[in-house]
Amino acid sequence: MATSTTKALTGEEPPAPPGTADGGKTARRRSALLHRLDVKGAPFAFVAPFFIVFAAFSFYPLVYTSWISLHDVELATLDVMEWVAFDNYVELWGDSRFWNALWNTVTIGVISTVPQLMMALGLAHLLNYRMRASLFFRVASLVPYATSVAAAALVFTMIFERDFGMINWALGSVGIDPVDWEADKWPAQVAISTIVIWRWTGYNALLYLAAMQAIPAERYEAASLDGASRWKQFTHVTVPGIRSTIVFTIVLSTIGATQLFGEPLIFGQGPNGVTGGADNQYQTLGLLLYEEGWKNYQMGRSATVAWAMFMLLVLVFAAQRLIKRLRSRTS
Amino acid sequence: MTTNSLPVRTDTPVRTPVEKPAGRGGRRLLRQGAGRQHHAGPLAYVLLVVMAVLSIFPLYWTMVAASTDNTRVSQTPPPFLPGPNLFSNLARAWDEAAMGKAMINSLIVAGVIALSTVMFATLAGFAFAKLRFKGRNVLLMLVIGTMMVPPQLGVVPLFMMMSELGWSQQLPAVIFPTLVSAVGVFFMRQYLSEALPDELVEAGRVDGAHSLRIFWSIVLPVARPAMAVLFMITFVHAWNDFFWPFVVLDMTNPTVPVALTQLSAGYVRDQSLIMAGALLGTLPLLAMFVVFGRQIVSGIMAGAVKG
Repeated sequence: MATSTTKALTGEEPPAPPGTADGGKTARRRSALLHRLDVKGAPFAFVAPFFIVFAAFSFYPLVYTSWISLHDVELATLDVMEWVAFDNYVELWGDSRFWNALWNTVTIGVISTVPQLMMALGLAHLLNYRMRASLFFRVASLVPYATSVAAAALVFTMIFERDFGMINWALGSVGIDPVDWEADKWPAQVAISTIVIWRWTGYNALLYLAAMQAIPAERYEAASLDGASRWKQFTHVTVPGIRSTIVFTIVLSTIGATQLFGEPLIFGQGPNGVTGGADNQYQTLGLLLYEEGWKNYQMGRSATVAWAMFMLLVLVFAAQRLIKRLRSRTS
Repeated sequence: MTTNSLPVRTDTPVRTPVEKPAGRGGRRLLRQGAGRQHHAGPLAYVLLVVMAVLSIFPLYWTMVAASTDNTRVSQTPPPFLPGPNLFSNLARAWDEAAMGKAMINSLIVAGVIALSTVMFATLAGFAFAKLRFKGRNVLLMLVIGTMMVPPQLGVVPLFMMMSELGWSQQLPAVIFPTLVSAVGVFFMRQYLSEALPDELVEAGRVDGAHSLRIFWSIVLPVARPAMAVLFMITFVHAWNDFFWPFVVLDMTNPTVPVALTQLSAGYVRDQSLIMAGALLGTLPLLAMFVVFGRQIVSGIMAGAVKG
């Protein structure tokens, strides 16, 4: 380990820097003191900016959200906070729009995350072959990631358009009746999930690919010596080998799914945007949070929705932990 | 680092795992053996081409729709080949949809955020990788923990803060909350643990250089490639960020994604104009991906948590 730091810790003097070797004790002591200060203090100074910004603009708002959720606050008068204790929570609990949004968030989350990660796994497996133009395929699968939510949602909204959209035209050409992608609940949720899947599959595939490439080749050799087929190798070597990355992507995708906002907002273009369709058929918690705060001017209720989102996340991960525990016990 | 409830290996090599084509003794940059090395068969190629088409087609079609006119866009079968009006539509989007102003705003926002993220991430990453200090592991765990905090949760107080500061509808409101990134700190730490030899830092110490000096003349030159990659990835995220800018900015002073929502907000939709706007807002990043695709791919792969 770093000798200089051990010196600093044991209080030994570092070699005097050139130019001060005049035997001047005070100068040497001062520089030694400065040096020790530097060695001890500098690392904190280097990490401080991150923690300061995070504390001010992420952590503090997070905590303050819970405080606001116990008040009535109007958007027009942000400085007037009226204490209402848990009224917002009681109202939210009895509000069918909240349960609808919660349920929509869960369903869209599932139908966008599960296929996305499965496809990413398959794509990563393909990208892991030796092949020509491998760089091209990797960059191509990242193209959706370079597209903003807004642009992607606009394009897919057109592709899913009821009257002249490409999807309905394609369905029609094989004799299937057109689908009203925006007005019907499940088609709308499928269409929104498609946007999410399109944008994130390639990105996740690259994360998996990186993990796959870190699997030692010997494991494959051992498996093929045992007579494992390609498929067996994939399920018994590849997937276990990238387990922690899979967990990591599940965590990220889950967080992303609870936050879903841009896709449904733009998909419901114009008048139906914030409400998530005329009957709230695809309103997510993110949209409800925005509607309460910036359309109904109730910041307190908006903060309550935010807090409910947070609780949802905590619940999901607690459940995940619990399942893991139980499974490890039974096995 | 021994506390390990998180799926994070801290000793993985962070090098660009881009492989040369087989044969010609392609450089194998990953030390742990690069997984399986079967050659792709015809089926794999077919599937990959399908994936590439699915990835690229929506953007191709954006271009097609942006280059025709509304009557043509809304006919069936839909057009599959570009029409003649691309530049006139782009010009209309630039003027009518405030895309010009939005582009400049996005450039400022993404540029400043990417610069500050890279600078602070390199500083903190260096400290976490090579310097010893009290509570280092706890603080690093904290950094990783902050990745789990979804930004939307604090949006109400954040909005209040911004109006108190008088920054509502101003760019600083978008820039300040995202000046740093936990992912960036972690990424730089990974890279520097690997790429920066302890001896170099030692040598600097022996020469009597103070930490900042060491950072400036020893760490920065080593970190440069990773900094470039982090800059690009952060730029992409900041350029495409939607929720918070949408909340805090209005149409008089939008970023690109916010301006795009304006395009489609009316009852009567000018499809070619909408698509021209979407294309315009995506072009800068596409250009970046075309030029620096390799670096961005390797950066994302290097930042991956390896299992």
